[in-house]
Amino acid sequence: MTNNNTARQTYFPNEQTIHRFQLANGITVLSYSNMASKSLTIFGMLGSGSAWDKPGKTGTANFTASMLMRGSKTNSFQEINTKLESVGAGLSFGAGTMNTWFQGHSLIKDFPMLLSLIYGCLKEPLFQEEYIERLRKQLLTSLLIRDQDTQARASLEFNKILYKDYPYGGPVDGYPDTISQITREDLLQHHNTYQPSNAIITISGALSQQEIESIIKDQFEQWTSKAKNDKPHFPEYIPLSTETRVHVPIKGKSQSDIQMGTFGPSRTSPDYYTAFLGNHVLGQFGLYGRIGKSVRIKAGLAYYALSSLNALPEIGSWEFNAGVNPSNIEKAITLIKEEINRYLDEPLQEEELEDSKSHLIGRLPMSLESNVGIANVLLSIERFDLGLNYIQNYENWISSITPEQILNTSRRYLDPQKMVIISAGEKTQ
Amino acid sequence: MQNDFSSFQLPNGLKVLLKEIHTTPIISQWIWYRVGSRNEQDGIRGISHWVEHLQFKGTKKYPGEKMDQVISRVGGMWNAMTYLDWTTYYETLPSREIDLVLDLEADRMQHSIYDEDEINAERTVVISELEGNQNEPLFHLNSAVQAKSITEHPYHYEVIGTLDDLQRMTRDQLYSYYQSHYAPNNAILSIAGDFNTKELIEKIERSFSTIPSQKQNVENIPEEPSQKEEKYVEIKGPGDALYIQIAYHAPRADSRQFFILSVLDSLLAGPSPLVMFGGGSISNRTSRLYQALVEKDITVSVNGDIQATLDPFLHTFVLTLSPDADPQKALRAFDEEINRIQQENIPPQEIERAIQQAEAMFAYGSENITNQAFWMGYSSIFADYSWYEQYLQRLRAISAADVQAFAREHFNTKNRTIGVYFPTEEEVQNDK
Repeated sequence: MTNNNTARQTYFPNEQTIHRFQLANGITVLSYSNMASKSLTIFGMLGSGSAWDKPGKTGTANFTASMLMRGSKTNSFQEINTKLESVGAGLSFGAGTMNTWFQGHSLIKDFPMLLSLIYGCLKEPLFQEEYIERLRKQLLTSLLIRDQDTQARASLEFNKILYKDYPYGGPVDGYPDTISQITREDLLQHHNTYQPSNAIITISGALSQQEIESIIKDQFEQWTSKAKNDKPHFPEYIPLSTETRVHVPIKGKSQSDIQMGTFGPSRTSPDYYTAFLGNHVLGQFGLYGRIGKSVRIKAGLAYYALSSLNALPEIGSWEFNAGVNPSNIEKAITLIKEEINRYLDEPLQEEELEDSKSHLIGRLPMSLESNVGIANVLLSIERFDLGLNYIQNYENWISSITPEQILNTSRRYLDPQKMVIISAGEKTQ
Repeated sequence: MQNDFSSFQLPNGLKVLLKEIHTTPIISQWIWYRVGSRNEQDGIRGISHWVEHLQFKGTKKYPGEKMDQVISRVGGMWNAMTYLDWTTYYETLPSREIDLVLDLEADRMQHSIYDEDEINAERTVVISELEGNQNEPLFHLNSAVQAKSITEHPYHYEVIGTLDDLQRMTRDQLYSYYQSHYAPNNAILSIAGDFNTKELIEKIERSFSTIPSQKQNVENIPEEPSQKEEKYVEIKGPGDALYIQIAYHAPRADSRQFFILSVLDSLLAGPSPLVMFGGGSISNRTSRLYQALVEKDITVSVNGDIQATLDPFLHTFVLTLSPDADPQKALRAFDEEINRIQQENIPPQEIERAIQQAEAMFAYGSENITNQAFWMGYSSIFADYSWYEQYLQRLRAISAADVQAFAREHFNTKNRTIGVYFPTEEEVQNDK
C-alpha cells in the first residue's frame, strides 16, 4: 500500500507530467499520458455560450451546440454516428452560459477518427432544416418535461430572481416560445462566435505526449477564423437587500423542492477555498453536514438537504436545497435558516473543520482514477488558472484555512434575512 | 496494469473476491447481501431498502454520527443500494484505510442498534424518498407496467415498497429482518485496489471469521407463470409528455439467452451501460428503433433496458413522445421493426457492432477501481465472477441466427405488456 503524500507527488498529474502547449491559432492544449488505461478522453471548451443569446432567442447557444453532430460537410448525421457507434466511441456537444463544450472518448486506435469528427462538427456543421426541425421538436418536449420537474422549476425561478439581468438569470436550454422562434440564421450567427483563439482542449489517455501533440496539431492547427466574438456586457450585480419568497405551483406532485440562497464567491475569487471549506462543514460533510444532520437525520423531514457553492467564472451563488413533503416546506426552511445563523454566530469547531479538511484532501485520488476525471481537472486548471501543480498545492491551500477566516468570509456572503427562497410543487394554503 | 484476482470462502460461509490493482492508491470494498425486494412478503414491502437506511444509524462501537465521520474524514466515498435481489454497501477510500472499513462492515453485520426513535425519524425519510420518486411520470408508468406484467413473483413490486407498509412496519419487523439476512453465509465481500493480497486475506480473516453463520430459511418464492395474453395498462397523470413502456418477460442473467438478449437489445435500442461508476456512454442513434422512430419524427427518444437478475424479469423499451403525438402510430412503427428483425436476415456487421461496443465499454469501465470491485460482487449474486470475465467471449459466440431465433420467440405479443402514460390534470388508473 502506498503513502498518500508520496502518492500525490508521484501518481498524480503535475507540472512534470502535464504537457501544456499552444497551437498557432491560439488553442491551448493540456495533455496527460495515462498508460494504465486502454482508452482516451478528450474535453474541449470554447468561449461562447448562452450569454451570447439575443433577446427573445434564449436557448440559441444550446440549440447550436446540439446541431453540431447532425451533419457536417465531411460527414452526414448517419456517417458521424455510424463511425462512433460502430467502435463504441462517444461524443457530445453542449453549451453553458459562458462556453460551448465537447466531450469524447474512444479506444486508442480510434482516436484519430474521433478527432477528425470533432473538428468537422465544430468547423463545418451543415445546419440542415430537416435536422433543425427534428431537434426543435425534441428540445420542446424536453422543456415540457422540465416544466413538471419541481427541482428544475425551483432552480429556474431562483436564478431568475437572484441574477436578474445577469446572463446566469436565464436558462441555457431556453423557453418554449424562444426555442420556437430560433431560425437557421440565428444558429449560423451563433456558430460564427466559435473561435480557436479562446479554445481549450484537454486529453488524458494511453498515448505518449509526443503522439498526442502531433495528432492534435495535425487536426486542429488548420482551424482559422476571422469571426468576431465580443464578450457580452455584464451588468454589475446588485446584492440582495431583503428576502424574496416565491412558491411555484405545480399540480399533482408528492414532493416539493426548496432552493434558497444568495450570491457566493466566483471560482477565481480569493474567497473561494475558504467559502468552499466552510460550506463543506455546513452542508456537505458526511450525509450533508450540519444542514443534513438537522433536516434529514434529526427532523426526518427530507431525503436530501444540503448546501453548495455554485462558483462560476465571474460570480457565484451559495445555495441550500431540500426535497420535502409539501406540508413540511416552512419547517425545513426554518431549520435551514437556524443552521445558517448558528454557522454565522461563532467559528467552526476545530474537530469538524479538521474532518472536512481531511475529507477534501483524502478524496482527491478518487477524482483522478479515470481519464474522465483527469481531463476534467486539466480543464479546471486552465479555465481558472490554477497552475500545473494544482493537485500538489491543493492540500496546503485547504490545510492553512482557519475557523476565523471561514467565519469572516461567510459573513460577507450569507445573511438568512436576505435570501431568495423558492419552493416548487403542490400548492399549500 | 496489474490485475491479480483471487477468491476464497471463510468457514462461516463468507465468500471473498479480491483484485489487486495498483494504478492509484485507493481501494474499494463492497459487501453484498443476498436480500432484496425479492425476499419480501405482504406487510413488509420495502423492508430491505429501509433496513439498508438503518444500517447507517450505527452500532455501539460506531454510533451513527461517528460511522459517517470516520469514513468521510479520511476522504472516503460510501453509500449503499438495494435492488430486487440484493443489498450492497460500499466504501472507496485511500488504501491505507482498509482496516477501518473491514472493521466497520464486520461490526454492522452483527451489531446494528435499531433504536426506535431513529427508526421513526428514518420512516419519514424513506417516505420522502418514495414521494420524490412519485413526482416522476415514468415511476408511475414503470410501477404499473411491472405490476401488470408480473403477477405472482415478488418482482411485481417496486424496491422502495408501498406507502401502507412503510407507514406500518415496526421496529421488531425491521430488526428481525436484519438479524435473519445479515450473516456471513448470506454475504459476498469484494475488494479491488491497491493492496497486497496475502496481507489482506489475514486482515479479512481477523475481521470476519469470528462472526457466526446463521441458518438461512428456505424461502418459497413463487414462480411467475407464463403470460397468456398481451396486457395493456393506461395511466393518466400530471405531465406534459406522453410515454409508452413496452415490457417483455426476459430470461434470468445466468442463462445463455440473456447474452443473446444483450445483443438483440443493442441492435434495437443501443448498448446498455455496463458500468455504474465512470466509463463512457455510447449513443444509440444508429440503432434500429432510433432510426425507425426518432429519425422518422414519430417519437423524440427511445431507450431499451435489460437487468441481470436471479429470476426472469423484464426487458423494457421506453418511448417518449410529444403530448399531441399518436401512441398507436408509434406502436405500429415499433412492431414493424420487431417484425423486421424476426423475418429478415440480420447482417453480421450489426452483431459485430454490438460486440465492439461491449468491448469499448469494458475498457472504459476497467479504468475505475470502484467499478471493478462492483462487478466482482454483482456478478456473484446471480452467477459468479466468470460471468463478467467471460462476458465478451460469450457475446462473440452468438450468431445472427441465434439472435433471430430468440427474437421470434421473445417478441411474442402474448409475452408483453404495453403501458401508456397520458399527461392530464388528474391521475386515474384504468386497465383494459
